[in-house]
Amino acid sequence: MASHTSAIEGHGQHEGSHDPNLKHHFENAEQQKETATLGMWAFLLTELMFFGGLFLAYFVYRHWYPVAFIDASNKTDVLVGAINTTVLICSSLTMALGVHYASKGNRKLLVMFLVLTLLLGGIFLGVKGYEYHDKWVHHEIPGEHFECHGCRDAGHASLFFSLYFGMTGLHASHMIIGFGVLLVLIWQAWKGKFTAKWYTPIEIFGLYWHFVDIVWIFLFPLLYLIDRVGKPLL
Amino acid sequence: MQAHTEEHHIVPKRVYALVFVTLIILTWVTAWVSTVDLGRMNIYVALSIAVFKATLVVLFFMHVKYGSRLTKLIVCSGILWLMLLLFITMSDIWTRGWIGVPGR
Repeated sequence: MASHTSAIEGHGQHEGSHDPNLKHHFENAEQQKETATLGMWAFLLTELMFFGGLFLAYFVYRHWYPVAFIDASNKTDVLVGAINTTVLICSSLTMALGVHYASKGNRKLLVMFLVLTLLLGGIFLGVKGYEYHDKWVHHEIPGEHFECHGCRDAGHASLFFSLYFGMTGLHASHMIIGFGVLLVLIWQAWKGKFTAKWYTPIEIFGLYWHFVDIVWIFLFPLLYLIDRVGKPLL
Repeated sequence: MQAHTEEHHIVPKRVYALVFVTLIILTWVTAWVSTVDLGRMNIYVALSIAVFKATLVVLFFMHVKYGSRLTKLIVCSGILWLMLLLFITMSDIWTRGWIGVPGR
């Protein structure tokens, strides 16, 4: 341990006192942050391909069974979807402002915006739960008791709902994981772990949260908006 | 030097505000425009608005506009790979019915 400490002090520190958050294998804080950002983006690209497979399945089945998809996708509630999209975009803004205040070293505003992000994420999941309950009540969950009232191709309509639950479920599970990470970050931020010089976990988590927002930005039109022509918005 | 480069990464709050307002407006525009009959264009309009919104989030909220060239390269390569997955597969699915198969 003693030799480890001296290695840190002997390396990578070009100015002033030693920053405990700077790992000894990095040249400087800038390089360390760059590495973390790049690593997160590499992870997000695997996530992109993960969701990409589901989007591909959606496009393929939508092409093969257009009538089933038109009737089934009209069962989703556009107003609820638009409100939830708004909530999620608000949470992306509060997250971005959280990162902003972390970079300024403002602990109180960082904690406040992280808590707001948590609350908005919670509202999103609550509304999603309401929608799932609605689908449950109307027997629109694929399986033995699946029903699709007024659907012309009820057999393939269950494909739409399989994709609906698969895609929104995977998205929601990402939000639940984000929820857990946020709780830890809020605790750490409250304890004063982050400074204007080092707030990498906040920045990295921001990337994750915005990515989840982007997935929803595509899920909203695909699951709620296509084939709505002639229907009232409200 | 260190302080200077870090100052560089701080995005002004009014940029966030402008991006946020644009995203909210586009969310309701896309919801409204889905009820207007544009024929086959409806899906393309909806997806174009989604792509524009996602681009705003990536560039400003995710700081890619202010990021290194390596970050930009990684992001673009990821999008390219997704496009390969979607377009190569869909080019098969879309065109299967175009030419009749002899004997069927």
